[in-house]
Amino acid sequence: MTVTPGAQRVRWMEGGGPAADLVLSSRIRLARNLEDYPFPTLLGPEQGQEIIQLMEDVTRHLSASGLGRFELLRMADLSPLDRRVLVEQHLISPQHARNAATGAVILNEDRSISIMVNEEDHLRIQCLLGGLQLHEAWAVATRVDDVIEAHVRYAFDEERGYLTTCPTNLGTGIRASVMVHLPGLVLAQQAGRLLSQLGKVGMVVRGLYGEGTEALGNVFQVSNQITLGPAEEELIDNLMGFTRQLLDQERSARERLYRENEDGLKDRVMRAYGLLTNAWTMSSEEAIRLLSDLRLGIDLNVLSHVRPEVFNELIVLTRPACLQKLAGKELDARERDLRRARLIRERIAASLRKTTQ
Amino acid sequence: MLCDECGQRKATVHLTQIVNGKKTERHLCAHCAQRHEHELFFEPQFSIHNLLAGLLEGWQPPAGTVQDLRCSRCGLRYREFARTGLLGCSHCYREFRHQLEPVLRRIQGQVRHSGKVPSRAGAQVQLGRQLEQLRARLREAVAREEYEEAARLRDQIRALEQRLRAGEDRAGAGGSRGGAPGR
Repeated sequence: MTVTPGAQRVRWMEGGGPAADLVLSSRIRLARNLEDYPFPTLLGPEQGQEIIQLMEDVTRHLSASGLGRFELLRMADLSPLDRRVLVEQHLISPQHARNAATGAVILNEDRSISIMVNEEDHLRIQCLLGGLQLHEAWAVATRVDDVIEAHVRYAFDEERGYLTTCPTNLGTGIRASVMVHLPGLVLAQQAGRLLSQLGKVGMVVRGLYGEGTEALGNVFQVSNQITLGPAEEELIDNLMGFTRQLLDQERSARERLYRENEDGLKDRVMRAYGLLTNAWTMSSEEAIRLLSDLRLGIDLNVLSHVRPEVFNELIVLTRPACLQKLAGKELDARERDLRRARLIRERIAASLRKTTQ
Repeated sequence: MLCDECGQRKATVHLTQIVNGKKTERHLCAHCAQRHEHELFFEPQFSIHNLLAGLLEGWQPPAGTVQDLRCSRCGLRYREFARTGLLGCSHCYREFRHQLEPVLRRIQGQVRHSGKVPSRAGAQVQLGRQLEQLRARLREAVAREEYEEAARLRDQIRALEQRLRAGEDRAGAGGSRGGAPGR
């Protein structure tokens, strides 16, 4: 099978869910290891293949468990481009895309569930949903975990919990995260101050593509830092509480900006709309920056005729690998800039609401 | 501006990297950039492991021999763990227990798991937790002088203790509980 962006339904990119104006997606990731094998750091290619074999059986059990249809893809069978598409869709990590020798991923039909096999841990179970739905994502992830656990023996210790390759994931092995769009706080120059305080409350913030990446398009990923001690629900509740505060702050920053400089804000949004709907070439950085302004304009009702989901869709589809996958061929930088501009023009045109006059 | 690498074509890809506050800039043409696509796409990342390794380096082990400590199952040296922040197998947690304890306190705050327990491998754990709760309730009942309730709890505790012992006997004699092939 081939992994095609656009043609392939990726649930979180469709938007929707509670607080979807500010929260692009909610993710729960569970780190698990099998008791009978060394961790992936010391795993040989043969043992890695054994685990993939084992997970092929598990994939059948998952499909039979009422959670939908699952399939296992080996990294070695995917082209470098297909792997990068999966990275851009947040379904695998950049490190995993490089692991052709022992890497695999199990995906369900709408890509709301992905299980990386032999990444840093033997299994990384991920559930990704649109909007603020951490508890819902946890409910799905823990069911998937239960089905897997019925067929393999996890490395688990009564006192330490689930044993993970890195002690920063020890215990619950859970990483709950939300991807939030915070242009108001960035424009008001409050994002840095707020987000730098995260560490004190046991949270950590990253850019759009995880650790070490910058916050492209004012999109931030906020997640729990601590994994050992509190139970999963407690960790999720903490993150939910913190996210709600962050959203309140973002909303009031937007209101204040609008009140204090309505013309400036409208000008910014309309300029972005003008460029996005008319430009002939566009770099991916410019696109993501303008798309963030466009989304802000939609949320503030300055651009009430554009559907908001176009932002979620385009911040992923305009990334280099997705763009090339859509084109069906490798493209150089100039060709990508041309295609990107065209794709944006087309998708925005398609996202216009029918006016009833 | 010409490409840093070939010095012939026009540089169209501009990279800025800041590592430990030191800024470096690279300017490449599309052709040379493509050759480096792998590293450009997967740019070196600041990771939580580097952070952990930093913590481990800063922490001085009490005994001089600790650095040579080795996991008897997977062979990973403690020195290697201190460098990468990654362990070799589940057994490492037991072998490096004394070294890990202060590290865990620093990164996690707490060192005791209270979350989900796998129903299969963890049936005993769940019984153990139930037992702890029942014993606490028994102490409270005695303190409140509610002896009927205390007697009821005592019977429940005895029954649970029996189940736990039976489980341990089975595990001791029965070998693997798992579905994975034995090593």
